[in-house]
Amino acid sequence: MPDPAFTEPIGGERALAPAWINGVPHPLPDDPRVTLLDFLREQLGLTGTKVGCDHGQCGACTVIVNGRRVNACLTLAVTVAGDQVTTVEGLARPDGRLHAVQAAFLEHDAFQCGYCTPGQLCSAAALLDELALGEPSAVTPAVERVADIVLTDDEIRERMSGNLCRCGAYTNIVAAVRAAARAQNAHGRVR
Amino acid sequence: MKPFAYRRVDDVPAAVRAAGDGARVRFLAGGTNLIDLMKQGVEEPEQLVDVSRLPLTAIEETARGEVTLGALARNSDVAAHRVIRMRYPALAEALLSGASPQLRNMATVGGNLLQRTRCPYFTDPAFAECNKRRPGSGCAARQGYTRMHAILGASDACIATHPSDMAVALAVLDAMIDVTGPDGDRSLAIGDFHRLPGATPHVETNLRPGELIVAVRLPASPFARRSHYVKVRDRASYAFALVSVAAAVGLDGGGMIRAARLALGGVAHKPWRVPAAEEALIGRRADSRAYADAADLLLQGARPLRDNAFKIELARRTVVRALTVAATRG
Repeated sequence: MPDPAFTEPIGGERALAPAWINGVPHPLPDDPRVTLLDFLREQLGLTGTKVGCDHGQCGACTVIVNGRRVNACLTLAVTVAGDQVTTVEGLARPDGRLHAVQAAFLEHDAFQCGYCTPGQLCSAAALLDELALGEPSAVTPAVERVADIVLTDDEIRERMSGNLCRCGAYTNIVAAVRAAARAQNAHGRVR
Repeated sequence: MKPFAYRRVDDVPAAVRAAGDGARVRFLAGGTNLIDLMKQGVEEPEQLVDVSRLPLTAIEETARGEVTLGALARNSDVAAHRVIRMRYPALAEALLSGASPQLRNMATVGGNLLQRTRCPYFTDPAFAECNKRRPGSGCAARQGYTRMHAILGASDACIATHPSDMAVALAVLDAMIDVTGPDGDRSLAIGDFHRLPGATPHVETNLRPGELIVAVRLPASPFARRSHYVKVRDRASYAFALVSVAAAVGLDGGGMIRAARLALGGVAHKPWRVPAAEEALIGRRADSRAYADAADLLLQGARPLRDNAFKIELARRTVVRALTVAATRG
C-alpha cells in the first residue's frame, strides 16, 4: 500500500502530500521547523488556534488530528502530511450549526477572556469521542474492570486537565462539558 | 530552533540506514519531548528521521502468552487497551497518570522510555552547568532547588530523576525492550535499559548509537493482574511525580505472599528496584507490617538533598498503599 504521506514520485523525488485542514488540502511548508501551530496561524490565517505556552503545557493550541486531540505547538507541520486536521474553525457544520460543545459553552458561559476557549472546545469535542470509545482516565475506578464510564465531574476535570484557563472559568467549563455529553448522548453515563 | 534536515522513512531498515551511527541524528516519533527540547536549544540535531509512520503500532497477544507493544503504539492506546487493563493494570494506571490527554495521544511507547529528565537546570540552557547537557560543566542543581530531585542512586555529577511513569510500571512487569540497529536485533531487560548517572549522566540508556526501539514485550505473568500504580504529585493531575510506586504481588490461597515486585519512580535516575526488598516479602502474610518492612529495604541508603527529605517518608507510605491495593486485585 502506498504511504499516503507522499504524493507519487515526480522526477524521482517524492514530495510530501498536503494536509487536509478542515477538509481543505493545503501544501505543507518547506521549512521543517515550522510547527503545525505556526503553520495554521501564520501561513493559513487560521488564528482561532491560540499560542499559549508554546511548550505543550497549557493546551491553548489543541487541535484534532485524525480524530485525536494533540498539541499543535509540539507538532511539526511536515509530520501531518496526508492527515486530517480539525481546528476550532472546523468544529461547526458547514451550514453554521454549532458543535454540541460550542453550543454548551455559550449556554453555560464557559469562558471569560476567551483566549483558551478554542483549545478547550477542541479538547472537549475529542473528550466526547474518547468517552464513546470507553477510554478510561486516571480517575476511572477499577481500570481493570472494562465497563461503561460514568462521566462524573471528577472525570471531566481529569479529562480536561490538559487545558489551562488563567481566568479560572473551570466551574462553567465543567458544566458545559457535562451538558454537551448529555446533548450528544455520549455512550458513557453522565451523573 | 536550529535548522535541521527532515526525512520521513517508510520501514525499519530505512530508519536504521538513515540514522547511521546516530551522531547528531534523532528519531522523531510523538515529538512531545524532543520538539520541546529543540525549541529550548537543549537538543540540536542536524537531522530528524521521522519514524512516526513505521508499522510499529500494534498491541498484540502472542502464542506464548506475551503481550507485545509496538514501539509506536500511542500511550493513550496502550492505556485503553482491554488486555493491558485486565492483565497489566499497573501499566494502564501509570500511563493514565502521565501528562495530559493531548500528550498521551502523541507520545509513544519508545519515546516514553527515551524522554529526558525535567530537571529545570537541564531543560534551561541559561544554566551553564549541567553534566547532561555539557559533560564536565558541573551540576547547577546541586546548589539549586532540589525538591524534585533524586534521593537514591545519584552521583556528584547528577541528581536528576527519570520522569517516566510508564517505565516504573514496566519495571515490575519484567518487560523486555526489543531494539534493532546497525549491528542487528537484540533485547534488553527493562532493568538494564536505563543507567544510573555515575560520572557520565549524559549517557542515559544502554542503547548503542543508531539503535531504534521496535517493541516492548510483557511476559505472561501469574501475578501482574495484582498490580497497581500510585503517583503522588503537587497537583491532582498533569504533573510529574514527587514519588510514585508500582507494585505487583502474587498470593497463595491463605493470604501469604509468594512473589512480589516493587519499583519507585520520581526518586532516581531510573526506576528503582531492590531485589532484597521483594524477596523479603515472600512467605510473609500480606499485611501492612510486611509492606512497611519491604519499603524500608527499598529505601535503604536513601540520601536526601536539602529540599527533598520528605520523599523518604512519602515513598514509604506510598509503597504500603500500592501493595495494599495490588493485593486486593484479583
